[in-house]
Amino acid sequence: MNTVVRYFKSLMLLELFAGLSVTMRYFFRPKFTIRYPEEKTPKSNRFRGLHALRRYPNGEERCIACKLCEAVCPALAITIESTQRDDGTRRTTRYDIDLFKCIYCGFCEESCPVDSIVETGFLEYHMENASERIVDKQQLLAIGDRFEAQIAADREQDAAYR
Amino acid sequence: MLDALLELAWIVIKILAICVPLILTVAYFTYAERKVIGFMQVRMGPNRVGFPLPFIKRFHLLGLGQPFADVVKLLLKEIILPENANKFLFVLAPVMAIAPAFAAWAVVPFSDTMVLADINAGLLYILAMTSLGVYGIIIAGWASNSKYAFLGAMRSAAQIVSYEIAMGFALVGVLIMSGTLNLSEIVNAQRGGVFDWFWWPLLPLFVIYFISGVAETNRAPFDMAEGESEIVAGFHVEYSGAAFAVFFLAEYANMILIACLTSLLFVGGWLSPFAGVPLLGDTILGTDGIFWLLAKTAFFMFMFLWLRATFPRYRYDQVMRLGWKVFVPITIVWILVAALLIMLGVVVRGS
Repeated sequence: MNTVVRYFKSLMLLELFAGLSVTMRYFFRPKFTIRYPEEKTPKSNRFRGLHALRRYPNGEERCIACKLCEAVCPALAITIESTQRDDGTRRTTRYDIDLFKCIYCGFCEESCPVDSIVETGFLEYHMENASERIVDKQQLLAIGDRFEAQIAADREQDAAYR
Repeated sequence: MLDALLELAWIVIKILAICVPLILTVAYFTYAERKVIGFMQVRMGPNRVGFPLPFIKRFHLLGLGQPFADVVKLLLKEIILPENANKFLFVLAPVMAIAPAFAAWAVVPFSDTMVLADINAGLLYILAMTSLGVYGIIIAGWASNSKYAFLGAMRSAAQIVSYEIAMGFALVGVLIMSGTLNLSEIVNAQRGGVFDWFWWPLLPLFVIYFISGVAETNRAPFDMAEGESEIVAGFHVEYSGAAFAVFFLAEYANMILIACLTSLLFVGGWLSPFAGVPLLGDTILGTDGIFWLLAKTAFFMFMFLWLRATFPRYRYDQVMRLGWKVFVPITIVWILVAALLIMLGVVVRGS
C-alpha cells in the first residue's frame, strides 16, 4: 500500500515543486553581491594595506633609522641605510620596501618606536613593471602625506589598545 | 524572371525576419540565463558590460551589453582543429547542429496569419528537424577524435533517441485531440477558454512533453552530454571560438523552439487566456495575437532556466529509467485516455 501511495506521490512531482519553490523564493531575496568599485565592504581601522612613512606635524620625518623594522621583518622585505645628518640626528638615506616580498604581517608597524612606518588602509594600488615593486623612501613619505588624515584617524581609534 | 526573383527576395526577407530576432533572442537568453541563475543563487549575475555611448563614458545598464561582448570574444578566438580530427566532419558538425535548429522555425505559426510555410505535415516536419539535430552532436563527438567528446556524443545520442519516443507519444495525444498535423489548425482546435487548451485534458502528456524537451535539448538536469564534472564538456570539448559559438547558438535555438512548441501545442499558442472571461475578455487582454505566444514562450524559456537552477544532474541510468520505464508507459496509457475522451464526447474537437 505504502509503495503505491509513494508511487502516485512521485508522479505528482511534489518534491520537484518543493524544490522549485525554494529557488523561486531565493530569486526574490536581496542579493549579497557588492558592486565593487561603487560599493565597498567596511574595512577595519587595523587593515594592513600599502606601507607609508609618516611625518611629525612640523614636517620632520619620524623615522630615526633604528632598523627595528628591518630586523623584525620575517620576509626580509625592508632595506635601510642610515647616516648622521648635519644637525647630529641619525636619519635614513635609503628605505626600500619590496612589495613582492612583503607579507603584510604588520610587524614593522608594531616594532616602530616612533610610529613612523605604518600600513595604511589603502589597498587599491598596482604596478605595471616588476621594478616598480621596490618602493623607496620618497615614495613612502609621499604615500604618508597623502593618507595622513586617515592614518591618524585609524591610530586614534585604536589608541586604547596600543 | 523578375517575378521569380522578387518572390525569392520576399522569402529571404521573411526568413531573415524570423532568424534575426531568433539570434537576438538567443543572445539575450544567455544573458537571462546567467541573470536568473545568479538571482536564484542570491547573487547579481552580469552587471558590468554596458554600451559605449559618445558622452557618458561607461554606461552599465545592468550588463545588457554582455551578450555582445561574449559574441565578439567567441568570434575573435581561434578555431583549433585537433591534429587527428577528421577535418571535414569537424567543421561540418556545428553546421549540422544549427541548420535543423533554425529550419524547424519555418513551420512555426506566430499568429493566425504569420507563418512562413503553412504546410499540412508541420508537426512531422518539426519532429524530423528536432531529431536531425542529434547528428551534429554525434558527428562532433566522432570527428573530434577525443574520448570525452565521443562519450558525450554517445550519451547524447542514446538520451535523445530514448526521449524522442516519449515526446512522439505525447504529440500523438495532441494529434488525437486536434485531428490534424497542421500547427495553425492545432492551435485553432484549442479555441475557447483556458480549459479548452490541450494542457488540461492532456496534463500528463504536457508535463512529459516539456520534460522530454528539456532532455532533448541536453539541458540540466539532463545535460549528460556535457556533464562537465565527468567528461569536461562532452561533445564540444575540442571546439573553440566561432565553432563553439555555433553549437551554443544551436542549443539555445532548440530550447526556444521547444518552449515555443510547448506553448503552441499545449497552452493555446497565440490564443488569449481571457477569451471567455466576461469583463477582461472585452479589453485588449481578450484579443488573440502574437504577444500571447511570445509571453507563453518566455514563460517556458524561464522554466528551462528555473529547472537548471534547481535540480542536480541525473545519473545516466536514472535518465534511461525515467525515459523508458516512466514516460513511455504513462504516455501510452494517456493516449488511450485521450482517445476515450474524444470517443465518449467528453472533449469536443475544436469546440
